[in-house]
Amino acid sequence: MPRCNTALIFIVMEVCLAVAQGVKNMENSTSAPVSVEDAKRKIALKNVFKVFGERPDKALAMANAGRSKTEIHAATGCSIGVNDASFDIKDGEIFVIMGLSGSGKSTLLRLLNRLIEPTAGSIEIDGHDVTKMSRKDLIALRRRDISMVFQSFALLPNRTVLSNAAFGLEVAGASEADRTEKAMAALKAVGLEAYADSLPNQLSGGMKQRVGLARALASEPTILLMDEAFSALDPLIRTEMQDELVRLQSEHSRTIVFVSHDLDEAMRIGDRICIMQNGSVIQVGTPDEIVTQPANDYVRSFFRNVDVTQVFKAGDIARKTQVTIVDRQGVSVAAALERMQNFDREFAIVVGRDKTYHGMVSQTSLVEKVRAKSADPYRNAFLNGIEPIAASEPLSSVLGKVAGSVCPLPVVDESGRYVGSISKSILLETLDRAS
Amino acid sequence: MNFDIGDGVDLAVNYILDNFSPALDFIAAAIGLVTGSIQDVLGALPMPAGIAIFILISLWRVGFGFAVFTGAALWLVGLMGLWPAMMETLSLVIASTIIAMLIGLPLGIAMASKDSVAVVVRPILDLMQTMPAFVYLIPAAMFFGLGAVPGTIATVIFSMPPVVRLTNLGIRQVDTEFVEAGHAFGCTSTQLLFKVQLPNAMPSIMAGTNQTIMLSLSMVVIASMIGAGGIGNTVLTGIQRLDVGTGFEGGLAVVILAVVLDRITQSFGKESPSFWRRFFPKAARQKTE
Repeated sequence: MPRCNTALIFIVMEVCLAVAQGVKNMENSTSAPVSVEDAKRKIALKNVFKVFGERPDKALAMANAGRSKTEIHAATGCSIGVNDASFDIKDGEIFVIMGLSGSGKSTLLRLLNRLIEPTAGSIEIDGHDVTKMSRKDLIALRRRDISMVFQSFALLPNRTVLSNAAFGLEVAGASEADRTEKAMAALKAVGLEAYADSLPNQLSGGMKQRVGLARALASEPTILLMDEAFSALDPLIRTEMQDELVRLQSEHSRTIVFVSHDLDEAMRIGDRICIMQNGSVIQVGTPDEIVTQPANDYVRSFFRNVDVTQVFKAGDIARKTQVTIVDRQGVSVAAALERMQNFDREFAIVVGRDKTYHGMVSQTSLVEKVRAKSADPYRNAFLNGIEPIAASEPLSSVLGKVAGSVCPLPVVDESGRYVGSISKSILLETLDRAS
Repeated sequence: MNFDIGDGVDLAVNYILDNFSPALDFIAAAIGLVTGSIQDVLGALPMPAGIAIFILISLWRVGFGFAVFTGAALWLVGLMGLWPAMMETLSLVIASTIIAMLIGLPLGIAMASKDSVAVVVRPILDLMQTMPAFVYLIPAAMFFGLGAVPGTIATVIFSMPPVVRLTNLGIRQVDTEFVEAGHAFGCTSTQLLFKVQLPNAMPSIMAGTNQTIMLSLSMVVIASMIGAGGIGNTVLTGIQRLDVGTGFEGGLAVVILAVVLDRITQSFGKESPSFWRRFFPKAARQKTE
């Protein structure tokens, strides 16, 4: 019984700790303390299904039995929009739902605020199940917590920019003065306060979507749903809007669920990405995880055309395959040369005892200095013109430097420590993996 | 085997006459009030003032050229001595359009919001549009007597379908993203209707209203057969006396009224003309909001 005892003591300790910290969510003393994961969870989907068609029950039973979408369609005439989606969205993150058209990503997004009614499963927002809400509670939730940005903007053409931005507040019954003030603040946040009196059709596409964004922000929601919000914009404006979104997010953090079919966009703005195929969730993970450990060929197929040089940073691909020499008194140059020859390396990196990067030497330069009986053979043997690369630098800006250099280039982190080096072969390998 | 529907209809008409005369009287009084008061106002309007009002509206909604045409054409009607008759017809048109809108708009909205309503209403609209007017003119006269009231009712029956159909169509054709946006921002169904659906269905509803006005004008002559009065009488007199000239004068007055009303009502789905916006920029902009 000793194991039981320790477990009990552990629980008691945890409870005491939780009470001491004043955790409010504890319902009774026997339940486990609220984990950090729970506290940070904003939206939780559990076994969510959406079936379109006349006989959802039968289709649902078949889907649960693991039958394919085509089989179900043949037997019941129903199509499965979302098939057993379960995942969590954390508070304050940009969560990107990605997939080809018809993969159910827009449907999934619309289940979150019940623009489309889910067929089965539960969707909890801040612990409240949206699927079981009454009409009245749902309307209150939409007015208070969730707003939405649409692909083709959906600005009401008969209203001015200001009136459009104030739409959510107006519907919620805010006073004229209140909604004008908040809508103007939202327009200001997206840089359009000068256009308050214009009509939507007098604006360009990018400006229209800024109004769409302002309308969504005006009611100060905690969740922002964005349905291919930037897909209708041309590439330059799209990038600008993505930066704008990231900037707004840094000023005031919200939970953003962003639907996109563009992996570049997902990689650029997403904290985590959810990849959907045929209504099923295939993989949820950070951009790095998606690229480095794709769950299947479908996921892999997404970044076949992706510009990996935008995804990876220098630090991601740098490897410690070069010989490093610690720069300290009393280490013989001969021993260093010996090591380089043993590893068959032409170049070596000289680092300090705290691993800071000092410089780079080659066998030739070392031998030359030793023969010349130089006082400080390491320092004088440093190769000229080799600038270390910052680990945070995107691969795209490293390409030219590595390609144009005779030796592998060292990569250092922000405090100047050596993290590895990038050789031409590493570079080629990385680029090849992507294609 | 012989199945006589006509006998059944006769029975029904007699039954209504015998048992529902207070209700019929009430309807007659209500419609009489609407038509009568509009007639009183328009009838009291001196011709120069009436023409001036039409010219101003034309300037506001359509443009300078059309205002000139309106002035000249209406003055011609006055020269033919048909101004009072035209005002009488106009009141009948306005009254039946108001009644048609009062019934037609809610009906169109109901059709758009519920498919089951649409299924029931659509054949009734077909019936109203295709049943020859004379068929319901006689029972209308039996129920409500002769005069402007049965004329208005017959006109409403004939002219209401377009506004119902186009309201329904207009609401159904509102961009789904607008409707989704309305829902997403927490609209109740009433808010959705008044803030999203109706404003965006307005061009279609205005087209329906325009058609309703045009159709009620085309009922003018038929309605005058049961004593509705107006220009229809002039045309009818022309036909009865084989007086081609009088008939033509009446017909011309109907056409002029139709053209003026058509252009003016069509313009309500659009922006004010540019020169009007130049003189009254503020008023014109508020109009578009």
